[in-house]
Amino acid sequence: MTGLRGLLGAPPIVVTAGVEVLAAALEAQGVDVHRTDWRPPEPGTAAALAVVASDPDVAGANATAVARMTGVRPHLVSVATAREVIPGMTGDTLLHAGPPLEWRDASGPMRGAIMGALLYEGIAASPEEAATLAASGRIELSPCHHHMAAGPMAGVVSPSMPVAVVEDGGRTAYATLNEGLGNVLRYGAYGPEVIERLRWMEQVLAPVVASALRITGPVDLRAITAQALQMGDDGHNRNRAGTSLFLRTLGAALVADDATPASRRAEVFRFIDGNDHFMLNLVMAAGKLAADAASGVAGSSLVTAMARNGTEFGIRLSGTGDRWFTAPAPTVDGLYLGTFTAEDANPDIGDSAITETVGLGGFAMAASPAIVGFVGGTAAGAVRRTLEMYEITLTEHPVYRIPFLESRGTPTGIDATLVVRTRIRPQINTGIAGKEPGVGMVGAGLVEAPMACFVAAVRALAGSRRR
Amino acid sequence: MIEWVEVRRGAYHDSVRLMQATATVQALPGIEDAVVAMATPLNLGLLEGAGFSPDSVAGVGPDDLVVAVRAVDRDTAERARRTLDEALSSSSRPAEAMSPPPPRTIGRAVADARLALISVPGEHAFVEAMDALRHGAHVMVFSDNVPVSQEAALKEAAADAGVLVMGPDCGTAIVNGIGLGFANVVPPGPVGIVGAAGTGIQQICCLLADAGVGVRHALGTGGRDLSAQVGGASTLAALAVLDEDPDTEVIVVVSKPPALDVAGVVAAAAAACRTPTVVTYLGTPGATLEAAALQALGLLGSTAPEWPAWPVGAGDHRPGSILGLFSGGSLRTEAAAIAATALGSISEVEEGNGHRLVDLGADRYTVGRAHPMIDQSIRIDRLEAAARDVSVGVILLDVVLGRGAHPDPGAELAPVVAHAVGAGAAVVVSLCGTDGDPQGRSRQAAGLCEAGAAVYACNAAATRAAVALVEAVPA
Repeated sequence: MTGLRGLLGAPPIVVTAGVEVLAAALEAQGVDVHRTDWRPPEPGTAAALAVVASDPDVAGANATAVARMTGVRPHLVSVATAREVIPGMTGDTLLHAGPPLEWRDASGPMRGAIMGALLYEGIAASPEEAATLAASGRIELSPCHHHMAAGPMAGVVSPSMPVAVVEDGGRTAYATLNEGLGNVLRYGAYGPEVIERLRWMEQVLAPVVASALRITGPVDLRAITAQALQMGDDGHNRNRAGTSLFLRTLGAALVADDATPASRRAEVFRFIDGNDHFMLNLVMAAGKLAADAASGVAGSSLVTAMARNGTEFGIRLSGTGDRWFTAPAPTVDGLYLGTFTAEDANPDIGDSAITETVGLGGFAMAASPAIVGFVGGTAAGAVRRTLEMYEITLTEHPVYRIPFLESRGTPTGIDATLVVRTRIRPQINTGIAGKEPGVGMVGAGLVEAPMACFVAAVRALAGSRRR
Repeated sequence: MIEWVEVRRGAYHDSVRLMQATATVQALPGIEDAVVAMATPLNLGLLEGAGFSPDSVAGVGPDDLVVAVRAVDRDTAERARRTLDEALSSSSRPAEAMSPPPPRTIGRAVADARLALISVPGEHAFVEAMDALRHGAHVMVFSDNVPVSQEAALKEAAADAGVLVMGPDCGTAIVNGIGLGFANVVPPGPVGIVGAAGTGIQQICCLLADAGVGVRHALGTGGRDLSAQVGGASTLAALAVLDEDPDTEVIVVVSKPPALDVAGVVAAAAAACRTPTVVTYLGTPGATLEAAALQALGLLGSTAPEWPAWPVGAGDHRPGSILGLFSGGSLRTEAAAIAATALGSISEVEEGNGHRLVDLGADRYTVGRAHPMIDQSIRIDRLEAAARDVSVGVILLDVVLGRGAHPDPGAELAPVVAHAVGAGAAVVVSLCGTDGDPQGRSRQAAGLCEAGAAVYACNAAATRAAVALVEAVPA
């Protein structure tokens, strides 16, 4: 009972939640009052939140899980062929973004990307044949997230595609190489120029980069990303600085590597230089590595995946294992390219929200005033959104820092219970795909993760912990 | 005359702010009636009582805000809407574009605070309180309607963390002279109080203050602390910490009667204290707040003064039963014990026409509404009904002053009191407060007296006066 020392002499600092007059009455007595802007949680979640709050192991589980997430040091070690390195990848497998999906539920851009991948692999000879084949069920569709991979937009990975191999000790994660903007497979385009580019990436880009990496040795992606945030990237919708830094890292090796003709090396240099999003896929593989390291901690309410397949938005929690909690994919609020309008937009799509899952993208928007015009916001709004994300995250990233916020670490590690309690939804910066197959990118903007996923996840976590 | 009814889904404001906003709108010229409240069943009942159709708010829930206004014309209603929007947004501090948004949870806000004061709706209080406990902060849970199983879990977690949980439903505490919740302004002094009874603590503080004796610490425990389920965890912890405090010379423990086996544990702990300790269980024979204060004064060697009173000249009043409309649960319990000795059975429910002493601060009256010590509208409603009810001869009211309470309760009650007196009822007021309180006890007493009420600083004395009035003019 002597543990209560300190109560009677407590310094006059009181934290309050609720009735304002009670806080004001304390202030009138000279007390330093820390107010909360408390709001009721999502309707129907009070019981589940109470179960999780009463569980003495949750705080420790969350600390463990998020420390694993921020402790990962991802290195790009090589470029390899998907079929040869990705676990569970067969000649008939196509990986896709988001939670599990069947062809009949697939959106336009997802269908377009699947058709394009079948054309690229030579499994189908025409788009019509590809669609028929995909609908037949003879092609196995499986989420990237189930194979230690993450894919932007449609996120389709086919067996012959080259993939970046990212490692930290015994852990590995994969992502395809980024195709650039415009008519590209990941936005659902499958025309001849798309297939031709994919072949060039397989035959020229991949071997040249792989060879250069043998000279450079493993490339520290976390260090590049941390630098890129200092230079105005968010790591999701703006990767110009990160791509430049990556190319600089590779530069001397590209020049020195006379195993390939100089003209090929120049093509590769020009391709990466001309594609500001080249770094995105590498950041995503690094993010997947960090998120997977944090998964599987019993009792933890840490979000380890946020992913969209163009039809559904899904999340996973560390403490609920491989289970997905899904809701219909929301529409993106954004700006449109050329004459495209919201009418042309597909619902939210892609595994790229893995960046937000590990403290980048929308969570690092305050680092990236340059993207706010692109996604239709204001600089002040970008800062406000990042600051809000601290309300729903477990920690501040030890390496990813925001210069404008006095180098404060980015808000990292979404706690699903805090999302439900505060009703603040995770902020995602993203591109917008056209809803018709073959159209490609139509815009970019901001979207918030749907609340229903978090409500279902918190209820499931509570169900697993109820004594 | 037009009616404007609007539902704002998911728009949460605390009940006190809504009460203030309602008052602001009602004060506008041309406004006949206005209700701005969260759509709890209780508040929807009030809405219907005010003549608004329940159809207009079909399908709303307790997380939705309902606005109902009856105005002379459309322009007035529009003015009311603007005034309301301003009132509901005015106290949110001006947001600097780049400044961090205010924290939304106790876990974010707690930082270096050693104490958390939680007054969110009861079903959400547990989660916020656990946040504070996990950060090693002491907690006062002002909220009521918290399940007892959650109370037990909170107190178990508090014991592990070595901190104290005051409450749930803890209305009053004083820590090192700082009043939390409803607390009277009293000088610091040698008495320490451990109370499961909010207005019980307040009454003892005020009576001691009238005797010139101060209170430095008054630690609330919540009304169910001495139940079998909770086992007196907070009472025992608070007793121990006061016993160790060198400035505390006498300890007073005040509560409703405990569960049988808990009584033994508390008695043993009190007996083991080095500090002289008075234990009072309201509702057991002879146990009153007044007696507890007198015992404490006795232990200090102080003499009891004559409790201040502001009687009215003897006048006629109509025959009938006694109706007590209390905001303080402990004040009601003390009054019921005293009245029952003289009058026999006393009912605690509103219904019926015998002698009734009702606690309008009980959980069922505060779902989605501020406590009647802040929002007097339920009491005013019941007072008006009592004035019309000729079976009521004497109305006994408590008026509780102090920090956190209504800024000028007497001014709001006086017209209704005058109306009841005019209708032939006698009105007796138990005025719990000090002259140091923001409302000023003497000023409150003068206003209520002028309205025709007899006013007593001691709740027991007020009850004895009310009983004497009933006995003087039997039904």
